[in-house]
Amino acid sequence: MARKSNGGVGRRRMLKGAAGVAGAALGSGAITGFPAIWAQNIKNITLRQCGTGVSAINEIAAKCKADLGFTLQMTALDSDAVVQRVVTQPNSFDIGDIEYWMCKKVFPANTLQAMDVKRIKYFDKIVPIFTTGKLKPDSVIAQGTAPNTVSFVEGPGSTKFAKGQTGWFTMIPTIYNADTLGIRPDLVGRKIENWKDILDPKFKGKTSILNIPSIGIMDAAMICESAGIVKYGDKGNMTKAEIDKTIDFLIKTKKEGQFRAFWKTFDESVNLMTSGEVVIQSMWSPAVSAVRAKGVPCVYQPLKEGYRAWGGGLSLAKHLKGAQLDAAYEYINWYLSGWVGAFLNRQGYYSAVLETAKANMSADEWGFWMEGKPAQGDIKNPQGVVVEKKGAVRDGGSFYDRMGAVACWNAVMDEDRYMVQKWNQFIAA
Amino acid sequence: MSRINAWITYLQVAPLALVFLLFLVVPIATIIVVSFFDYNTTQIIPAFILQNYDELLTSPVTWRTYLQTIEFAAITWVLTLVIGFAVAYFMAFHVRSPTVQTVLFLICTIPFWTSNVIRMISWIPFLGRNGLANTTLLNLGLIREPLEFLLFSDFAVVLAYVHLYTLFMVVPIFNSMMRIDRALLEAARDAGASGWQTLWNVVVPLCKPGIAIGSIFVVTIVMGDFVTVRLMSGGQSASVGLMMMNAMSLLQYPAAAANAVILLLLVLFTVAAMMRMVDIRKEL
Repeated sequence: MARKSNGGVGRRRMLKGAAGVAGAALGSGAITGFPAIWAQNIKNITLRQCGTGVSAINEIAAKCKADLGFTLQMTALDSDAVVQRVVTQPNSFDIGDIEYWMCKKVFPANTLQAMDVKRIKYFDKIVPIFTTGKLKPDSVIAQGTAPNTVSFVEGPGSTKFAKGQTGWFTMIPTIYNADTLGIRPDLVGRKIENWKDILDPKFKGKTSILNIPSIGIMDAAMICESAGIVKYGDKGNMTKAEIDKTIDFLIKTKKEGQFRAFWKTFDESVNLMTSGEVVIQSMWSPAVSAVRAKGVPCVYQPLKEGYRAWGGGLSLAKHLKGAQLDAAYEYINWYLSGWVGAFLNRQGYYSAVLETAKANMSADEWGFWMEGKPAQGDIKNPQGVVVEKKGAVRDGGSFYDRMGAVACWNAVMDEDRYMVQKWNQFIAA
Repeated sequence: MSRINAWITYLQVAPLALVFLLFLVVPIATIIVVSFFDYNTTQIIPAFILQNYDELLTSPVTWRTYLQTIEFAAITWVLTLVIGFAVAYFMAFHVRSPTVQTVLFLICTIPFWTSNVIRMISWIPFLGRNGLANTTLLNLGLIREPLEFLLFSDFAVVLAYVHLYTLFMVVPIFNSMMRIDRALLEAARDAGASGWQTLWNVVVPLCKPGIAIGSIFVVTIVMGDFVTVRLMSGGQSASVGLMMMNAMSLLQYPAAAANAVILLLLVLFTVAAMMRMVDIRKEL
């Protein structure tokens, strides 16, 4: 695709005054990584970003202010609240930082607008998981709401997801990762290789899965499939019968006392693990780091059946226009330009454009986080705290090992309504 | 003249009426209307269907959850009543000096200056498998295995409720007790009543309004709660509020609204029953 980087100039005519035009011309692609809008105009702009806690990072807002000049206000909510905010209060935010499974649900509500890929500078460099769906040309697209299935709509203003790639992108991927079970290697006392190992009677009363219906059901499905209880057509879009079988099995397991608790927030999962209430449970990657940071051993155990993946992205509110919309595009281009990517990678997440992130990381950091190589020196998190010592290797290995072994993406099912009823039944049982 | 007076009266009630209309009647009416709407994954569809109620009332989960919620409310009510009454009685009748009374009363309220959630969460490290309670018992040799039922169980939920809400019983009961004319107690004693008889025949009847007000607080709060149940049971138990949360998290507002209407009816019924037993207005 012959995409010219200065294609945005014409669209910036919204900017009032000569200063604005001069600024637009200045930033039309000739100078990269700098604000393209005249600072006089944008310094008054505030972009309100609402999203999940994982990606509402103050350092990013501060760096954005320093690099681009405008203010980024971040509101961190839990995933349910984000969905509600985006659908029911579309004017209360400018940038929606949502997850791909949410996108499937909220984009059709017509409160977001698709982005013109011509204005996204690094569009061609975005990891292909989000565009073609295939990490490598020969990869198989995983089950569930794979990001590429909700990444494009049919045209500007459309809310209908396109089958293939179009010029209208719904979300700029921010953070994504492959999730698995976290274990306490000092307490499990055996090798953990499969999702079904969480059902081992040895761990009775010492396991947990998460109680967010749309994600919990996926972990449950990974477990059921691994244990041979249910064989799914598509774990990300179960039939009623499959939901019944899964939930019935969960209820049976719950009644036998296998689970200690069901967690809903990040800190709950950290506390369960640190305190030794559980020894094996569903976990998110930074939670594993948080447990380790407290000096408690914790491993993000790669499993034979593969990972359950998730991803988030930035989407634009429908009401954005003019200078604000320009600022939003500036923000997005800046987001992909490397500094943020490196920041996110250092937290153990993955960022959308690898090339630019790599340029902002040291060879050792890149080797440890992305290539699965042993650390040459101390590995620090973005705040400068040492998280891994020399010689450590990332659980699960390289980016391609981990993202290449995704079995399923977090998803919204067609039988959503039924699933929640059944999930309530499970929690009430 | 009387006409003007009538207008003045209307004007005087207007602000409060308006506040109630805007912040009570309109929201509840909206909830009732939405509870008849249809919905799918992405949107709420205005309609008039009974499916939400049908799905709710015919599901055994609903009944079980309501029973569980009522059970929590009942146990909590009994415990907070007994403890609250005892505390209030001690402060009102055994402590003679008004200064000490005030100090003790303040001590009761000080924990309430911290957040509800903090007070609840602080139980978690205390009750856990390797928590303070279990460690102490183990070290004392009273138990050999950590007691698992202490945390993430119905026990933990009720414990947190009682801890959180006993003050709501203490305050109104204490208030009622302070209004009791001490001469009545002396009269009872002179007439030959034993301590228990005085308590049962004089103090308790005169504390009824306080008990009723406290009960209304405790029962309504527990019935509508979802945070305590979720945190203290570790997601192992359900409550009606939690059911609604789950539905709302997937944008199933009509289903949650229908549930809210049913819960509202149940709570109104309970409160009405309490008001029937005690005429609070007359006693205040």
